[in-house]
Amino acid sequence: MELSADYLREKLQRDLEAEHVEVEDTTPNRCASSFRVLVVSAKFEGKPLLQRHRLVNTCLSEELPHIHAFEQKTLTPEQWAREQQK
Amino acid sequence: MSASLGRAAAALLRWGRGVGGGLWVPGVRAASSGGSGSAEHLDTLVKKDKVVVFLKGTPEQPQCGFSNAVVQILRLHGVRDYAAYNVLDDPQLRQGIKDYSNWPTIPQVYLNGEFVGGCDILLQMHQNGDLVEELKKLGIRSALLDEKTDQDSK
Repeated sequence: MELSADYLREKLQRDLEAEHVEVEDTTPNRCASSFRVLVVSAKFEGKPLLQRHRLVNTCLSEELPHIHAFEQKTLTPEQWAREQQK
Repeated sequence: MSASLGRAAAALLRWGRGVGGGLWVPGVRAASSGGSGSAEHLDTLVKKDKVVVFLKGTPEQPQCGFSNAVVQILRLHGVRDYAAYNVLDDPQLRQGIKDYSNWPTIPQVYLNGEFVGGCDILLQMHQNGDLVEELKKLGIRSALLDEKTDQDSK
């Protein structure tokens, strides 16, 4: 399965109704396809980290078995706004 | 069956308290039904110790950057007495723990029998102070607290 950062970004944006998604292809640093994602979605509100990450994992359940390394950061719009002010 | 029992035993590496090297503890008893990847067996494993991690490699020699990060975070907090299982030694365990936790990646961390998450989550819990609190609930005092006190008293 050939995975691109664009493909992952679109899927996360659509399925998680994300207002902001960053996908970084970290494959060059590693031996096999690897990605680091930042997802900002109102769907994360009131949910602990574990549940947020599970939402992302579920969204990409078809893709993850083909990804060697996957890092994620999940923020609510409010957290994202605060982070940008830093 | 006996082969998988052997692998399960080899997969168990307990980090000895206060001792530099690891200590091999033989004779993990697999649950009566199924091998090292069975839900019944994993249920026993994650509840047997307060802190349980599933790694690629061992605490002394992690075979992956993310597993290494988990080891280093625990070390920073002075958590030395934990059970570490090397999934690279045992394909059944490797797939079994993913199914059991409903989590697609290794490393995986369990505190008090509860699934906490992978490397990203442990790292964020370390950064936002939650890990100190969670360890406290287990009766483990994070070494980071002592460092802080040392600095404050200076």
